[in-house]
Amino acid sequence: MDEPASITTTPLAGEMTSAAGSGGPWADLHPPLSQDEALVEANRCYFCFDAPCLHACPTGIDIPGFIRRIATSNLKGAAVRILEENIFGGSCARVCPTEILCEQACVRGAQEERPVKIGLLQRHATDWLMDRQIQPFQRAPASGRRVAVVGAGPAGLACAHRLARRGHDVTVFETRAKPGGLNEYGIAAYKLVDDFAQREVAFLLALGGIRIEHGRTLGADLPLGALQRDFDAVFLGLGLAGVNALAFVPEGPPAGLRDAVGFIAELRQAPDPRQLVPGRRVIVIGGGNTAIDAAVQSRRLGAEDVTIAYRRGPADMGATRWEQDFARTEGVRILYHLTPLGLVTAGGAVAGVEFVRARPGTPEPAGERVTLPADRVLTAIGQRLDLPVLDITPRVAAGRIVVDANRETSLPGVFAGGDCVAGQDLTVRAVQDGKLAAEAIHRRLSGIRE
Amino acid sequence: MADLSVNFASIRAPNPFWLASAPPTDKEYNVVRAFRAGWGGVVWKTLGEDPPIVNVSSRYGAISHAGARMAGFSNIELITDRPLEVNLREIATVKRDWPDRALVVSLMVPCTEESWKRILPRVEATGCDGIELNFGCPHGMSERGMGAAVGQVPEYVEMVTRWCKQHSRMPVIVKLTPNVTDIRAPARAAKRGGADAVSLINTIQSIVAVDLDSMAPEPVVDGQGTHGGYCGPAVKPIALRMVAELARDPELAGLPISGIGGISTWRDAAEFIALGAGSVQVCTAVMHRGFRIIEEMADGLANWMDEKGHTSIESFLGRAVPNFVHWEDLNLDYVTKARIDPALCIECGLCHIACEDTSHQAIAIHRHGDRRRFEVIEADCVGCNLCAHVCPVSGCIRMVAKDVARPKRTWKQHPNNPDRREAAE
Ligand SMILES: Cc1cc2nc3c(=O)[nH]c(=O)nc-3n(C[C@H](O)[C@H](O)[C@H](O)COP(=O)(O)OP(=O)(O)OC[C@H]3O[C@@H](n4cnc5c(N)ncnc54)[C@H](O)[C@@H]3O)c2cc1C
Ligand SMILES: Cc1cc2nc3c(=O)[nH]c(=O)nc-3n(C[C@H](O)[C@H](O)[C@H](O)COP(=O)(O)O)c2cc1C
Ligand code: SF4
Ligand code: SF4
Ligand code: SF4
Repeated sequence: MDEPASITTTPLAGEMTSAAGSGGPWADLHPPLSQDEALVEANRCYFCFDAPCLHACPTGIDIPGFIRRIATSNLKGAAVRILEENIFGGSCARVCPTEILCEQACVRGAQEERPVKIGLLQRHATDWLMDRQIQPFQRAPASGRRVAVVGAGPAGLACAHRLARRGHDVTVFETRAKPGGLNEYGIAAYKLVDDFAQREVAFLLALGGIRIEHGRTLGADLPLGALQRDFDAVFLGLGLAGVNALAFVPEGPPAGLRDAVGFIAELRQAPDPRQLVPGRRVIVIGGGNTAIDAAVQSRRLGAEDVTIAYRRGPADMGATRWEQDFARTEGVRILYHLTPLGLVTAGGAVAGVEFVRARPGTPEPAGERVTLPADRVLTAIGQRLDLPVLDITPRVAAGRIVVDANRETSLPGVFAGGDCVAGQDLTVRAVQDGKLAAEAIHRRLSGIRE
Repeated sequence: MADLSVNFASIRAPNPFWLASAPPTDKEYNVVRAFRAGWGGVVWKTLGEDPPIVNVSSRYGAISHAGARMAGFSNIELITDRPLEVNLREIATVKRDWPDRALVVSLMVPCTEESWKRILPRVEATGCDGIELNFGCPHGMSERGMGAAVGQVPEYVEMVTRWCKQHSRMPVIVKLTPNVTDIRAPARAAKRGGADAVSLINTIQSIVAVDLDSMAPEPVVDGQGTHGGYCGPAVKPIALRMVAELARDPELAGLPISGIGGISTWRDAAEFIALGAGSVQVCTAVMHRGFRIIEEMADGLANWMDEKGHTSIESFLGRAVPNFVHWEDLNLDYVTKARIDPALCIECGLCHIACEDTSHQAIAIHRHGDRRRFEVIEADCVGCNLCAHVCPVSGCIRMVAKDVARPKRTWKQHPNNPDRREAAE
């Protein structure tokens, strides 16, 4: 066959061979969509009426509405549509387990097992706005009212932002050095790359009317009674300050044993994570997202052998199916039905964990004992509300602060939301709590009857 | 924030987005829902004389393009099938309840002065803002001497328009059928008859598909079909051209134009307005997705206007009209060359084969193992931009303008033109 005249054979230019190379352990887990990809994906959306995806979003974002705006190249409109309901729309686009939220409900999932990529589209729109530093919201005229928020996590800042939009002045008291809560200290590094947590907080604060005081700790230098007295309302977005510990761990724990949340916080704050020593053989005890994140990040730091040991079966795990599969593709082994009995130590350091096999479906021991070797054991067996000792205390039940539908606690004028109250421990839920509390506070302060 | 309000032929509306006369505007129920959703105005479904017409089942055909439904849409519906009195009563109620919205009533009655004289006062009594004369319905009605048949004869258009101006004080919008060879003729006739505005386009005569099992045009009604009226996104280019043709016609200067045809997004609307439409009308897009699309249309248009610094619809109305010129006024010395960005290229080869097989053999393939690099041979590239259209990656092929020292030279001045005029200007 004759080759067309214009086909020649010449060596390739250098630019063609350097395609690989990006990525790395802390690269974006789900890279952003290109312009073309976003358009194609947005046009897959049917613009459903009374859309199921919208109902599955804890913050009730108008998903068909924002996706249609992407489809018509109205990216500003799309971003505003998202941020109106969820000021953390940027981080939620990255960290939400969409496979159990909006995308789980998408009708295209039912139709062809391929839901619209709502999370990535949400990111496409919010990134567009934030990259241009467009501030879409304005504050209502000053109300002269002041609200105290404790905790600069997603719940506290979502509450603060909504209140500031409504014209109130907000002071946020935060014990840690940086704002963002677990977005800054807890979420896996590959979910919020490029210092996104801080960039998002800066974007949110640019509205005005919100002042954060760091190094202020409720229960230490801040009595709740004083806040209740000195401010027109109080919101508690304390998160879960405590972590559960294994019952059998002795006083003065052995080297190599640590809690997963603390490990991730250290990793997130490390100037160069590669300097961290993850351990060679790591066992993560637990079955939630924290266990997955700790295990995957240990692998990415270079641990050779990482095992998650969970006491029940795959369906009982707090981590979604998607996350379990993700951990496996990262080379993490997941063992089910293993209840920890004790640590094996050698020379003051962990050497392994002893388990008993549980009867499937229960954490009850079935008999057989297994010992797995390890030089690092991470515990991810749940976080706990460690409410500080307070002068006045809101009612607590089942380990969480009790609130009503307005997110008001048993103390009048004191509201609470996010992980410190009962519900799914997710960023998006914390944002919704903060927003609902802010609207209730606003109604109260402006004399609107319920 | 940009001001979207319009004053179209002295009909005021909070925004330029109106619903075209069609099923979405056939009843109080629908129109109230539309106004609640935010539509700036409606043209009520065309009214006729009693007894009302009767419609068939089914009524619609559609073209799906590459998986996208209703890229083109066709109907064999007639005008309203509800009694005149019911429609008039509802129109009066809606206008009373929604005084800030534009409410225009579309009319089609037999081509006799008596008929028009009878219906006009009754319509005027509703308090509506104006009437639109439906000279465009391309099926069913035209066979009865109404609609497109009237619209295709400029003398009739002028005559009926004049009757309406004589027998009522309402603003008269003449809706034009695209099923003519020169759209300016009926528009000029409307103006001569005293029309306050024109609207276009109505639907285009069409057969959207043939059912190869029943061997009948779609939609199939008991084994048979008829030609329908084509509309939806597919007709937008035709409508834009016709709107622009009127907008630049000196004889029609000052005559407001309501743009219709395939408008689904804020951008479609902005394009119609830029080509001279003082308001836009929408039908198929709401039939596809419901009235709520107005939210995005209004929001998108306002965001774009803010970005461009347009404070009102007026400030960009007709701004593209002076740049819509005849071919012979284009600059023949303006040269662009395709340029491929190798960083974006995914090596699909479509640009090469398009140029190689069907154009100017100006894209070379350089092979290196199983990798290929595509490069424009500048000397052979005529700047047609076919490759930029076929390339699946946005922005990968750009047309780069070459510096041309000479002043603009058009066909009128070109040496190849036997009737050339020496450039005196
Ligand atoms: C390892 C890990 C991974 C996670 N991954 C995901 C994920 O991928 N997707 C997802 O949706 N969710 C994830 N979550 C859950 C999510 O991070 C939380 O649900 C969310 O951060 C809760 O927000 P919050 O504002 O209620 O609490 P936090 O984010 O915990 O913020 C509470 C803030 O209050 C401050 N504070 C606490 N006590 C005091 C005090 N006494 N005085 C002053 N300040 C105080 C804290 O320093 C902190 O800044 C993860 C959680 C963990 C632990
Ligand atoms: C089902 C249907 C019925 C219509 N009925 C009328 C009518 O009664 N009177 C009229 O003037 N136009 C009628 N039209 C034409 C529309 O008003 C409009 O001019 C045309 O559909 C083009 O706009 P679109 O592309 O937004 O649909 C009808 C269109 C459709 C689809
Ligand atoms: S359910 Fe899926 S297709 Fe429907 S509106 Fe939501 S994202 Fe779009
Ligand atoms: S749209 Fe409504 S009226 Fe039309 S065929 Fe379907 S169900 Fe019947
Ligand atoms: S059409 Fe575009 S992507 Fe395909 S080879 Fe040509 S330049 Fe590359």
